[in-house]
Amino acid sequence: MTHFRYEILRMLRNRMFYGITLGLPLVLFYAIASGQRHVMFDGTSFPLYFMTAMAVYGSMYAVVAPGARIARDRSGGWIRQLRVTPLRVRTDLAAKVAAAYLLALPTVVLLYLAGASIGVHLDAAQWLRMTGLIVAGLVPFVVMGFILGYLVPVDALAAALGGLVVLFALLGGVFGFQLATSGPLFDVLKGLPSYWLMQAGRTTVMGGGWPAEAWIVIALWTAVLIPAAALAYRRATSRV
Amino acid sequence: MTITADAGQGIVLSGLSKSYGPVRAVRGLDLTIAPGETVAMLGPNGAGKTTTIDMILGLTRPDKGTVSIFGSPPAVAVRDGWVGAMLQAGAPLDHLRVRELVKVMASYYPHPLDVAEVLRVTGASDFAGQWTTKLSGGQAQRVRFAAALVGDPDLLLLDEPTAGIDVEGRRDFWQAMRAVTQQGKTVVFATHYLEEADAYADRIVLIARGQIVADGPATEIKAQATARTIRATLPGVDARALGTLPGVRSAQRHGDSVVLSCTDADAALAALLGAFPATRDIEVTGGSLEAAFLELTTADADAGHQVMETAR
Repeated sequence: MTHFRYEILRMLRNRMFYGITLGLPLVLFYAIASGQRHVMFDGTSFPLYFMTAMAVYGSMYAVVAPGARIARDRSGGWIRQLRVTPLRVRTDLAAKVAAAYLLALPTVVLLYLAGASIGVHLDAAQWLRMTGLIVAGLVPFVVMGFILGYLVPVDALAAALGGLVVLFALLGGVFGFQLATSGPLFDVLKGLPSYWLMQAGRTTVMGGGWPAEAWIVIALWTAVLIPAAALAYRRATSRV
Repeated sequence: MTITADAGQGIVLSGLSKSYGPVRAVRGLDLTIAPGETVAMLGPNGAGKTTTIDMILGLTRPDKGTVSIFGSPPAVAVRDGWVGAMLQAGAPLDHLRVRELVKVMASYYPHPLDVAEVLRVTGASDFAGQWTTKLSGGQAQRVRFAAALVGDPDLLLLDEPTAGIDVEGRRDFWQAMRAVTQQGKTVVFATHYLEEADAYADRIVLIARGQIVADGPATEIKAQATARTIRATLPGVDARALGTLPGVRSAQRHGDSVVLSCTDADAALAALLGAFPATRDIEVTGGSLEAAFLELTTADADAGHQVMETAR
């Protein structure tokens, strides 16, 4: 518990990061969506689309953030120090995951409020369902954050995490266009967790949420990434 | 303290080996440390001290051999909180104050010591409110010591705890160390300062090239390590007569040359020249052990090589 508390404290004390994660998507949302509140996009309203986009974008940054803390602990040698205490790795990671989601949730909620303020109408069940889908869709990104945190040198980490988020956001359609809407490239895009994160808003409004395909994609990514993270952890903590 | 730890067995390393590619860092190391003992692992950089400590801690898996900590494998000993370690690297967690860092470390252990008390003993009270990233070298070292200590472990492993610390800081550290280890903790520390090993350890284990080259009480090791050898050409003198010269432990003759193993080479050399002015080709060298020792104790690499003195 103490460990979890201090994880959150460490995160909150990194004010610059916290401020940007929380503030930037919000600013972008108002700057771009407020002028286009009656525009239709991809079968729904542009504000709903862009609200989802910015919530996904911001929360992706939030959940890869533990990677940055891991990299700093690693570069200072503290990760080895932790390994020789009774603290279990899974307790440490659970605390980091929880802290990451705690940072992601305010981002999402702020975007909801911003969306509602310019006319996005969803009922309570829909808000909740959409939130649930975002939480689930972020899981592979949490793990990717860990992997980069274990492997990438600390001075390259900001670029690596930023690149990861931007790449997946771009391919997932966060920035207002899809690279493809049919054909083999589209099939590839549909295999990305960020594509389905982006669909959290639209599928909630249009139907009852994600199709089974989405859950399979998220589950597969998670199933592949977790053993990779375990390998990365072992590499990071044993001396070469 | 810990009830489950079978203190009777101490720390047992048997046949420990580890290679990194072609580099054989540790080669078949056997060592038994009794509970409550303070042992210095003394050796030059690259001797295998850190690798050995990493294997004791379970951070590095040995290629061969086993480690037993109070009868258990390292993973169990670590998990149950018997072990506290001060590793070489150590920029502590950022965005925390010193007190918070020690508190969070304490929370990992089943029976931690009082945080304020640990901060006081380790001399970290004065800067307990400071950010962990804003510490001087000496302060950071105290914090790492406090972090290793706060779990009240039975075994403390310190890997070059005073590296990069000034003389005064070193003395303070060892005073604090003394104060906390009086209650029967087993302490293993790695160092390349002979004087530290001499002053603070019950026993010195001298490690070179991944092997133990000497092991015993500090006084014994020191006597062995300070031995020097004088070689000279001196025909027709009885080795027994040479053996009685002051500062000479033993003397041997090989044809015209003599070899004196000395406890005090300066006195021996003076006496030799006084008694036998015909002595030629004098050469004073460190024994192999001493050569290793000089390497450890002097920062100047040249001084670590054989000391040559040729008369006239």
